[in-house]
Amino acid sequence: MAPLVSISGLQVAFDGTQVLHGIDLDIAKGEAVGLVGESGSGKSVTWLAALGLLPAKAKVAGSATLDGRELIGADGKVLDQVRGRRIAMIFQDPASALNPVLTIRRQLCESLGLHRGLRGEAARVEALRLLDLVGIPDANRRLSAYPHEFSGGQVQRIMIAMALAGQPDLLIADEPTTALDATIQAQILDLLAAVRREFNMAMVLISHDLGVVAENCDRVCVMYAGRIVERAPATRLFDDPWHPYAQGLIGALPPLDGARRRLQAIPGTVPDPRALPSGCAFAPRCAHVGDGCHARVPPLAPVELDRAVACLRPQRLPVELAAE
Amino acid sequence: MLRFFAIRLCRALLTIALVVTFAFIVLRLSGDPALMIMGPEAPPEVIEAFRKAWGLDHPIWVQYLDYFKAIGQGELGRSMRDGRPAIQLVLERIPATLALTIPAFLVKVLLGIPAGIYAALHRGSAIDRAVMITAVAGFTVPSFVLALLLVLIFAVQLGWLPSGGQESWRHAILPIVTLGFGGAAVLARFTRSAMLEILGQPYIRTASAKGVPWRRVITDHALPNAAIPTVTILGFMVGSLIAGAVVVESVFSWPGVGRLLVVAVANRDLAVVQCILLLVAMTMVTSNLIVDFLYGLLDPRLRSKGAAA
Repeated sequence: MAPLVSISGLQVAFDGTQVLHGIDLDIAKGEAVGLVGESGSGKSVTWLAALGLLPAKAKVAGSATLDGRELIGADGKVLDQVRGRRIAMIFQDPASALNPVLTIRRQLCESLGLHRGLRGEAARVEALRLLDLVGIPDANRRLSAYPHEFSGGQVQRIMIAMALAGQPDLLIADEPTTALDATIQAQILDLLAAVRREFNMAMVLISHDLGVVAENCDRVCVMYAGRIVERAPATRLFDDPWHPYAQGLIGALPPLDGARRRLQAIPGTVPDPRALPSGCAFAPRCAHVGDGCHARVPPLAPVELDRAVACLRPQRLPVELAAE
Repeated sequence: MLRFFAIRLCRALLTIALVVTFAFIVLRLSGDPALMIMGPEAPPEVIEAFRKAWGLDHPIWVQYLDYFKAIGQGELGRSMRDGRPAIQLVLERIPATLALTIPAFLVKVLLGIPAGIYAALHRGSAIDRAVMITAVAGFTVPSFVLALLLVLIFAVQLGWLPSGGQESWRHAILPIVTLGFGGAAVLARFTRSAMLEILGQPYIRTASAKGVPWRRVITDHALPNAAIPTVTILGFMVGSLIAGAVVVESVFSWPGVGRLLVVAVANRDLAVVQCILLLVAMTMVTSNLIVDFLYGLLDPRLRSKGAAA
């Protein structure tokens, strides 16, 4: 089956600094894919570039297609038909993601008008239904409220309602829970899972939290310094990461059960995109670095049927350590 | 809401009282109206009689209390030069001043705001740079220099427009351009930076990500937000409608409030100066009140804060 969205060789540069070094990623209809990595690894930029949402100074190259239609360099009119209607996006900081001077009704009905042709009372009824769906209590009264009158979690629910307004095929959730309390996080993730089932919608969950991604996604791509370094089914990546960076990320997670152990930190910091080390960008921080690692960038190569790793010396963790 | 405005009103009255007090003290300490009006050669008895007639022989705090008592009765004093009520002198001049400042205000708004928006939307383009260079020139060049430059070009060299006076509408063009240009420059710069800040906000990206066409992102999402800081500057401009043309009126010998003020200060015509300052303080304060009210109208976040207070 042809993928819904297909990204290949996507590159982005800001002011001559390459921040995305060729991303290849397919999203199938209805699937949930997680993108994990530290800030600055290019998770969000990938999707902002695909949707033409980067500032004009960003240089974008490569390809991103939706049902075979090219999005990179597409006309504004074409992109307006895709954004919100086919691919919706929600963002990290809900407090600043909604327009502070417009009512919730205005902002919801705007989407409904643009993508579903609903106006007036019909739009209001649908807006109410959406708010109800995402769990905003007393929606009828709160439709005329402004964003600052809602809590962070509620605003994120409204963002989700707005994203659903266009009945998109793919929802990009860019760190949707990072700015929220832990309890609210779980509620929002549950809500995302529920609406995804209901609308049979594909989802890309961008997060720096591997746990969040593993629980909510079918597949995971680990990104580092503007490249995908490992791609694997979520459960398998969690149990058996191959790339030393993925291992490091998982090693830094506290175990949910079993004996308490010392969390392992990855030594060093993410390299500056203006001064990337030669060869593998992770090599200076890698415990398994070898001779060849500084010489060339390892390609993302398939290691099993459904997974790929960009590492010259992929390491399987010893079984007892992985299980610990 | 009522409480909110009651507090604002008290504050406004206090501001006006402070302005009037300050003017009262400074004017009386900085020169003797008797000497100014009667002339230094006048015999001492005449000076003394003048002082007595205008109550200048009392201690300053007595004069001050008398002044406020008079204001309470709606009496703003008389001009020491011709004995006419000061308020009448000032009111006579207001239409002439407004004939300059209102068209100039329109020039500022209709030129400055669109130029600022355009520059922000085409940041870094040749037009943006041209607008910004013009804007910097507009508010760094003092208005009297610009006025003289315009006179030199359009009155002296080209002979298209008169250099001063108030005989016809053509006499108003150069003063209006002088006033309007500087204000348009300030507004253009301010609108541009307000717009640029708003365009960088996450909710603008949200609107684009929703599929809102760029033109509507600007009109429906960016402009209502950029209007909030711009209203502040507009408020100042409305506040200076009466006394904002002092220099320009003097250069173009336009018989407005500004020139009356210059003459009255030079002569220490106390009642007239105080009357003008009172009027200016009142317009400033009123326009500030209007700005506060507009803030509430434009920004729902302030509205709910105001209601809670």
